[in-house]
Amino acid sequence: MKGFILSFRSEFYKTRKTAGFWSAVILPLLLCLLLFIGFYSHSDKLAGLPGIMLWIQFSGAILGVMGSLLLPMLIVFIAYSVNSVEHKADTWKTLFSLPISKLSVYSAKFFYALFLVLLCLALFVLFTIGFGNLLGVLKPQLKFSEYSMASTLTQLYFKLFLSSLGILSIQFLLSLLFRDFLKPMGIGFVATITGVILAANKWTYAYLFPYSHPMLALSILPHHGQAPASPGMPVITIDMFTKEILVSLIVAVTVFIAGYFIVLKKSVK
Amino acid sequence: MVIDTAGLTFNFGNQTVVKSLSLQVPEGSIYGFLGPNGAGKTTTIKLLLNLLQVQQGSINIFGKELKSNRLEILSQIGSLIEQPAIYLHLTGKENLLNRALLLQISEKRVDDMLNLVHLTDAAHKKAGQYSLGMKQRLGIALALLSDPKLLILDEPTNGLDPNGIIEIRELLIKLVKEHQKTVFISSHLLAEIERMATHVGIINHGELLFQGSIKELESMNKPLVQIETDNIADAANYLSRNNVTVSDVTEQHIYVPYTSKQQMGEINALLNQMGYVVYSINKQQQDLEKLFLAITQTA
Repeated sequence: MKGFILSFRSEFYKTRKTAGFWSAVILPLLLCLLLFIGFYSHSDKLAGLPGIMLWIQFSGAILGVMGSLLLPMLIVFIAYSVNSVEHKADTWKTLFSLPISKLSVYSAKFFYALFLVLLCLALFVLFTIGFGNLLGVLKPQLKFSEYSMASTLTQLYFKLFLSSLGILSIQFLLSLLFRDFLKPMGIGFVATITGVILAANKWTYAYLFPYSHPMLALSILPHHGQAPASPGMPVITIDMFTKEILVSLIVAVTVFIAGYFIVLKKSVK
Repeated sequence: MVIDTAGLTFNFGNQTVVKSLSLQVPEGSIYGFLGPNGAGKTTTIKLLLNLLQVQQGSINIFGKELKSNRLEILSQIGSLIEQPAIYLHLTGKENLLNRALLLQISEKRVDDMLNLVHLTDAAHKKAGQYSLGMKQRLGIALALLSDPKLLILDEPTNGLDPNGIIEIRELLIKLVKEHQKTVFISSHLLAEIERMATHVGIINHGELLFQGSIKELESMNKPLVQIETDNIADAANYLSRNNVTVSDVTEQHIYVPYTSKQQMGEINALLNQMGYVVYSINKQQQDLEKLFLAITQTA
């Protein structure tokens, strides 16, 4: 456990100045800021909408891209950057000749990638809520204050996080095994497009394909407001553990364990 | 023995890279592991660090079997394999601090190491901007950071200038003499090793061709009598006919194994009697480099 914590801290120390780390911070900030500017400049057109619709439009604009393309590609990039630090510096051999167990080194790296994805998604929630409320303050005619989206958004993004674990584990392993960017990137890109097509066409077995999961995870969105808890305050219910989430978790655990045995067997070049 | 391998064999596919290697590295030695490029040195070192899995044979380090005592053994080894593994986007000091974090070593020790390898002034410069020699020195600092009992260095003087080489040599000698470390150092240049090594192993095509102390290596190195005459070929033939062993004939010289001063005088007299003009005749110590070449080429 000590080895794991030390390795995890070292992962942060090594990557804190790299694009991989900062992309997880800057991407949500930038997207939310752009959206904020968009809403701010079009506030007249949006003035009449009820609070809940404003929130759905505001957060949905990001979630739409996130689920289909952005999140899988971000994961491809994060998984690559966490591993490329070692590929570039030729440091796998040093990592694996330290007096730290291979499981600690391997799992610390994996969980660090996982942490970056979680960080990025948490910042999306934070910035969406923050900028939404800021809009409500700066343009009082936008009735953001009418409705609180915080818990729904948190649940949605958490579901998105769970749905992304399958992709993360696969991309992580690919980036660990392949030195160059093109292979994991190419495979990730093609698989993501395939995933989007499968999910968009509502193929029956799309839930078995990890790269379809983020999009499937969000497909409850149109059914908002089914069960109003109180009049004028519709509630969006989110079914957290749908079958694609379960498949995603199973894939993540399986690939993670398989990856460990590959690392054990693999000769370090 | 600090390192003790028996029958160590390793194949890449169907190519045998290391053949039945039995290394014996005594405590407190500087063991020069010599061989031409591609002889299997780096593969052996990777086996010693458990980076490659042993296929056949055994490895014992500090008297313990490597695979079942991996972490305990690795905690007492500092290593530098091929080019130093350095994060180029971090500064030299950050590279050391990162390693110190992993090994739970104080920052004071990091500063000491920077000082030791003369990188204090460049500590806050990105390692990507370091020269080859500076990178190599940083790699050595990384290897020394945990104050290990055994240092395994793969061609550590690659890319260093003569001053740098001398510094590293003196540092290693000091570590062994004053701090009772053991150093296992590989090189393809005998000249670089012979001034510091106490023991030598020579490997080629994966096979250990010689192993022993540097004195044993030197004793294999027999002196020769070098003769320069007006007619090399005829003189050589004449000597052969008179039961003098001629070991080598070049365009300028005849070489005969040296046995005594007496023998040199006799050869001189013999040649003079037949009217050959002897321009020079002297005893020559073969340099170790030639011996090294001879050992690696005859195999």
